[in-house]
Amino acid sequence: MITIKYFANLKSIVGREEEKLDLGPETTLLKISEAISQHSPNMGELIREKKVMVSVNMEVIPPDAVIRDGDEVALLPPFSGGL
Amino acid sequence: MTTATAEWKIRIQKEDFNVNDEIEAMKKVSRNIGGVTTFLGTGREISKGETISKLNFEHYPEMAEKKLEELRQKAIKDFGIIDMSIIHRIGEIDIGENIVLIIAVSEHRGETFKACEWAIAELKRTVPIWKRETTGSGEVWVSPTP
Repeated sequence: MITIKYFANLKSIVGREEEKLDLGPETTLLKISEAISQHSPNMGELIREKKVMVSVNMEVIPPDAVIRDGDEVALLPPFSGGL
Repeated sequence: MTTATAEWKIRIQKEDFNVNDEIEAMKKVSRNIGGVTTFLGTGREISKGETISKLNFEHYPEMAEKKLEELRQKAIKDFGIIDMSIIHRIGEIDIGENIVLIIAVSEHRGETFKACEWAIAELKRTVPIWKRETTGSGEVWVSPTP
């Protein structure tokens, strides 16, 4: 299972903070975006259009990275910490 | 070379911090400190022409702390400062309250100014923290500012 985490405005787009996806031993961001599109087409689109950053196990990854069973994937809107 | 960290130097917390206490703690890190530069970010009332009634910060637990620690280590290495601490508050914050504190300490002042300036810009760019503003028109997640 892959854990998907959503933050900030993305939580209201998908209506959840987290979900689990079973996509086999190895998968891609594209496949994850297609699975998410099943319930939230807008979120899937944001991932495919690279409007959100993606981290795997707390490191930002490039769009073509391989994602493995057990990974924690986070979808990160642009950061706005600080003042 | 990495510098060992003490957890108190990197914190994400709901409660407010006392700037003086934090400075005093950092001054005790070394007897060779001759310059201390602090950056304090606070909640301002007007943003993009709208009056803000309150702010709310959310973070990605563990990743945000990890990225702050990486930032601290890089500041020490690249600017040659003795040490740095970074504290960021989360949750609800009122106008005028403290949000973020960065303290850079070193033998001389020059590198502490540079390290502080770099660290706040890098924090805004690389640390997974998000700000939500409440205005008369409702609540809005903020887009990054330069």
